[in-house]
Amino acid sequence: MQKRTVVKILLIFSLVFTTGNLFAKESEKKENEGEGGLKERIKEFVDHHLQDSYDFTLFSDEEANKHYGFPLPVILWDNGLKVFSSSKFHHGESVAEVDGNHYKLYHSKIYKTDASGAINYDEDHHATNAKPLDFSITKNVVSMLLISLLMFFMFRSLAKSYKKNNGIPTGVGRFLEPLVLFIRDDIAIPNIGEHKYKKYMSFLLTVFFFIWFLNLLGMTPLGVNVTGNIAVTFALALIVFLITNLTANKNYWGHIFWMPGVPTFMKVVLAPIELLGVFIKPFSLMIRLYANMTAGHVVLMSIIGMIFIFKNWIGSPLSFGLAFALSILELLVAALQAYIFTMLSALYFGMANEEAHH
Amino acid sequence: MEKLINDFSFGLFFWQILIFVGLLLLLRKFAWKPILEAVNNREEGIKNALESAEEARKEMQNLQADNERILNEARAERDGMLKEARQLKENMISDAKSEAQAEADKIVAQAQATIASEKKAAIADLKSQVAGLSVEIAEKVVRKELSGKDKQLELVESMLEDVTLN
Repeated sequence: MQKRTVVKILLIFSLVFTTGNLFAKESEKKENEGEGGLKERIKEFVDHHLQDSYDFTLFSDEEANKHYGFPLPVILWDNGLKVFSSSKFHHGESVAEVDGNHYKLYHSKIYKTDASGAINYDEDHHATNAKPLDFSITKNVVSMLLISLLMFFMFRSLAKSYKKNNGIPTGVGRFLEPLVLFIRDDIAIPNIGEHKYKKYMSFLLTVFFFIWFLNLLGMTPLGVNVTGNIAVTFALALIVFLITNLTANKNYWGHIFWMPGVPTFMKVVLAPIELLGVFIKPFSLMIRLYANMTAGHVVLMSIIGMIFIFKNWIGSPLSFGLAFALSILELLVAALQAYIFTMLSALYFGMANEEAHH
Repeated sequence: MEKLINDFSFGLFFWQILIFVGLLLLLRKFAWKPILEAVNNREEGIKNALESAEEARKEMQNLQADNERILNEARAERDGMLKEARQLKENMISDAKSEAQAEADKIVAQAQATIASEKKAAIADLKSQVAGLSVEIAEKVVRKELSGKDKQLELVESMLEDVTLN
């Protein structure tokens, strides 16, 4: 069973890399070289890494100006559905022409342009071109799909192993089961309560493993940064917000709009503050995860970049050691942030379900 | 903040919601429910097993206590029986002793009475025999003494003498 999983993973990786090699492409060489240029390039690289992208670049050879990776489908809604491969953009260097419309990649966003690919700017140097509705399967979407598939097969096999092995997990399940139990016994039950935790378990388990695995995927050299993307954390926080408020009981709303046990004047003062809190709680979830993961990636990549800036026998090994230590720290942060997100979600669900105790 | 809003991609948000909710529903049906159920069942099973083990242990204890009690009772009964038997034995011995004593006393008394009466009879017999003998002797003596006339006269005279003396 374990051997077969390893073989599967190896197969996926070899597939990824061979496809990547087939899709090696030329691109223009960067102009400014030298010390300042290197720093500039590292900064650009870090910035680019933090962003979502329309093709899955595994690594690129700056000297030969080659990008190794594979293109992903671009899906636009612009007076009808437009689906085409992101290879048409040539990494932002050329204008993609689909059904008579022209699109150009500018700062990792797709803009509608004329045939020459001209971008118009306003006085603040923002592009004023029309932006079509973009439902592209980007690098982040692919990563999420990959993690979703992985999670589905992992936990499906855990669920199956119970049946096969008379209630005892086998293989990777032995590692996963304590985590599932941890979420149940140390996150859900203490925060939500013995009687009501069951209906939230699916969400808590899914969100914990989803965030954790994506954080870990961000630690791989594949260079994905899903949980450090504001749209992703916003979506997760929105789901928490919806679940919290849709399952809240009377007591919860009572505490928000008409706080019991305080003078009437205070009730009037507290109501808007409490109402604001309803939105701030998921908002803090969104910002916390985004900021932690983004900051981690920026710091780690900057330190890795320092290895190439120093280029001597003291600075580079020092930077390497620092990057190594920080990677280990980031592994901890990956789990910690997933834990905190799950834990706080459970706390909010618990608040929404608290019974009156006066 | 402006950067955040600029970074926000609606497409990614859309896919994220879609993928996450889909994953949530799929996992709930195919993974979380069976996993949590299996874990729950196992925990229930362990709890039940522990409870029944505890019960069995208590039963065992009760049984042991019962055994102990029965054993004690039996021991007490045995002790009582032994005591009783000892008492009985002592009683029997003392009874027999006193009975034998009484019998012996009776026999001795009877023997003594017999001896006394025998003695009396013997003495009486002896007396009568002595009397008879003395009469015979006296007769024979008298006969011999009074065989001649002189001697008869002499006797009468001596007798007469005695009488006068008296």
